[in-house]
This record gives sequence, C-alpha cells and structure tokens, in this order.
Amino acid sequence: MLGFVNFYLIPGLVLGAIYALSATGLSLVYGVMRFAHFAHGDLMALGAYVALAASTGLGISVWASIPFAAAATIPAALVADALFYARLRRSLPAVLLISSFGVALMLRALIYLFFGPTPVTFPRPIVPPLVFAGIRIQSRHVWIILGATLCALILHVILSRTRAGRAMRAMSDDPDLARITGVATEAVIRLTWMIAAVLVAVAGVFLGLDTQLQPVMGFNVLLASFAAAILGGIGRPWGAALGGLILGLVEECATYPLLDGAPVLQPTYKSAVAFVVLIATLLLRPQGLFRGMI
Amino acid sequence: MALLEVRGVVGGYGETDILNGVDLDADAGEIVVIVGANGAGKSTLMKAVAGLVRLRAGSVRLAGEEIANAPAESMVLRGLAYVPQERNVFPSLTVEENLAMGAYARPEKFRAGKERALALFPDLAAKLGQPAGKLSGGQRQMVAIARALMLEPRLIMLDEPTAGLSPKFCSVIFSRVQEIARAGIGVLMVEQNARPALAIADRGVVLAMGRNRATAPGPALLADPDIGRLFLGG
Repeated sequence: MLGFVNFYLIPGLVLGAIYALSATGLSLVYGVMRFAHFAHGDLMALGAYVALAASTGLGISVWASIPFAAAATIPAALVADALFYARLRRSLPAVLLISSFGVALMLRALIYLFFGPTPVTFPRPIVPPLVFAGIRIQSRHVWIILGATLCALILHVILSRTRAGRAMRAMSDDPDLARITGVATEAVIRLTWMIAAVLVAVAGVFLGLDTQLQPVMGFNVLLASFAAAILGGIGRPWGAALGGLILGLVEECATYPLLDGAPVLQPTYKSAVAFVVLIATLLLRPQGLFRGMI
Repeated sequence: MALLEVRGVVGGYGETDILNGVDLDADAGEIVVIVGANGAGKSTLMKAVAGLVRLRAGSVRLAGEEIANAPAESMVLRGLAYVPQERNVFPSLTVEENLAMGAYARPEKFRAGKERALALFPDLAAKLGQPAGKLSGGQRQMVAIARALMLEPRLIMLDEPTAGLSPKFCSVIFSRVQEIARAGIGVLMVEQNARPALAIADRGVVLAMGRNRATAPGPALLADPDIGRLFLGG
C-alpha cells in the first residue's frame, strides 16, 4: 500500500497537477477564442527554458525564476496573437489551429537555437525526501502540488469574482451577446492570453522540475493536455483542472503491478493512456465531465 | 427627429444582401413592431442596427447621431439595447451575473438596475443564484429583457420575445413591453406572433424581401385585408 502511495499515487498527483495547469490554459483559450492552440506546449517549454536561464544566470532558486518564465511567455503569446491569430480571428477554426502549429514550430526553433537539443535539468540541491508515516515525498513535489492548487484558486477567484473574469466567461458563452453588452472582446482576448501564458509558464517550470528540460518537453505533454481539457469539457477551466488530475493519476497508476508483480500496463505504453482517455471520452461522453462546448 | 431613424439600409452576410433599402422610424416611448415572412430581413435589420451585421449603404441615426457600422460593443453606451432571438442570455452565468453583464459598461449602475429589473420581473428574485441556462424559456426571456434594461437604454430592440412561450408568458411579456414604453423607452420589436403584437403597436412595419412593404399604426395594419392575407396568415 505504501509502495502504491509513494511510487504511483504521489507521482500521479504531481503529473496531474502539471497537466491540470496546462489543460486549464488550453481550455480557457478554447473557451474565449474557440480554437485549439497547438503552440501551448512550446510556450510551456519556452517558460521552462527562460526559468532555467534566469535561475542559472542570476543564481536564484527555480521557484523565484517563475516570474521570469511568465515574463517571457506573456509577450510571446501576445505577439503571436497580434501577428497571426488576430488576423485569422474570423476564419475557420482549422485555419487558426494550423497557424498555431506554425507558431509552435517557431517557438521550438528558437529554443533549439538558444538552448540546444540536449536535455538539461534545473540546478537543484539534493534534499532527502520528507517522510510522514512511511509516506515519502520529495519537497519539490509538495511545492508543485501546492503551487498548482494556488494557481487554481487564484484562477477561480478571477473567473468568478472579478468583472474581467465574468466577461471572459460571458465571451465563452456567447461572443456576440458579450459584444452587445459592451465587452471589448479584443481586450478580453489579451487578458485570456496573459492568464493562459502564466499558467503554462508555471506548468513548464513544474514539468522541468519533475523531469528534465528538452525542447520537445511541452509538445510531449500537449496531447495529454488536450485529452485532459476534453475529458473535463473543453472550454470549461474547472473541468480541465479535474481532467488533468484524473489523467495524471490514471497514467501513473496504470503501471501499478496489480497482477502478481506484473504492471497493469507496461511503462512504455504509458503515453498511450492519454489517447485511450481521449478516445473513450469522445465515444462515451463527448461533451466531457463538465458539459464542454463540443 | 425620431429617436431612431433608419434610412435606406443595404446589407447582409458576406456577398448576399438581405436588406435592400429599408427605412424605419421609432420614437421615444413608442412601440414599433416589424412583421414579415421568414427571410424578409427582420432579424437582419435588428442585427444591422446593433452593429452585428455590416451595412453597405444607408444610415442609422440614434438621437441624431450616426451609428451605422459602429462597433457592437459601443452601442450599449449610446443607449441602444438589443435582445437577440435565441441565445439571449449567458447560460453558464447565474441570473445575477447576467444582470451584472447588462451593467458591464457601467458597473456603478448595477445596484439600481437590479432593483428596477426585480420590480419589473419579481419572479426573478428567487432565481438570482441559478444559472440562466437552467431557466424556462419565459424566465430566460425575462432575464434577457432585464439585462438589456440595466443601463436605462433609450431604445430597446426585442427579436421575437414571445417565440416558443406559453400564452400566459406571452401576455406577461407584452404587458411588460407596454410598461417599458410608458417609461419613455423606445421599443423596436420583431414578432411572429403578429396579431397581439400589432394590437399594442404604435407603428407597424411590414417587411418583404428586405424592403418596406407597408408602414402604419399597428391596428390599421391589422385592419388592412391585403396585409392580413399576405403576412398575418389570413
């Protein structure tokens, strides 16, 4: 039992927290702008690499470098929107999706150019894990789970309690009706990018802390993020957070040696879990857990 | 000078023009009802006035100010409120949040607006915390009208406010519309339910193929046998 908690449940929660952050941003963008943002993963990698540069360059801790990561992803998202997405706002969603694929490749090329293809890790001191009653947990994992929870709470307050958050939800319900009530839709779109960029920067740093940094790190979790967003109901940020958590847990627990020491699923097939969840969701409950927009 | 003056508007979606030169006047405190067959351009006219459909020609003046092709998000501050036919509330927002969206452009007017909304539609008081998407069609229409009245518009446009409603709700909506007009607000309304709507109309406008077919006081249109046969189902 302790082995399950230590080696499957806790890593599942950590991965779930990272997916949740990434999927929430994706879902927010989908809700307000109605397009699947394929550059989300590469934006995540950009955040992680800028955090790496800040923490090694300035000698600060990785946690303290998160604002630098956000300071890079926010303008990157806003520039991509102004240069590409804004011009295509009235075209088909597929056109926007393809353009975001282009942005993804540009961002990744920049990362290769400045940081190279070799995987690197954040500088981190070796600390013994915290132990409570046999449960061993790395302190960075505690911080990742707490940090993701804090982000979710802040986002919840923004969406439910502020005028801007209400405008975002209104736009995701019905953009024309939102315009009629006086919502300046372009300003709401910029705000959405900023929030999504912060979430994805945090997700990138957390992912880098949990594993390592490589230029395709974000693209590798993009499918899982989409699966989580769709599982929760695309366009529903709370659903995406829950979907991410579920997906992270399912991915890690799927390799648990339930049957006489043999894992339920060979670890090499772990990344197929997201596909299975995605296909099962689309077949059984395409609207997702929280009644999404498709 | 009328509150709303529409002159020779031409426009539609993409390449096709739905409106081929429509004229229309609406005064403060007046109920103007637009009737016509499906595809006559009634809803398109409202969307065009609201800034959601581009006009290729013509002029739209609200209180003397040209508003043709002004951005839709600027209309609410000019005193023009619009309730679309379907999708007239934000379904995932609560009733209270829908009202707050009505006062989005002037948040400081929310409290007074909410009081007026609840005085006009007391039934909504018990529903404030519910998502608007969970309400019945009649209650949704009340939320939509209340939302549009939040900032005390000069003109309110209602696109088929009684579509799909029970007769009881229809008469509630029509009596509220009369109350709104008595408060000095201009009401421009599209109605399929043409007979009861024209009965309370100060002015009725018959549209056909994106052009004016007839304009007269509502009861006079009702009495006209040609109009009755062509547009009101006999």
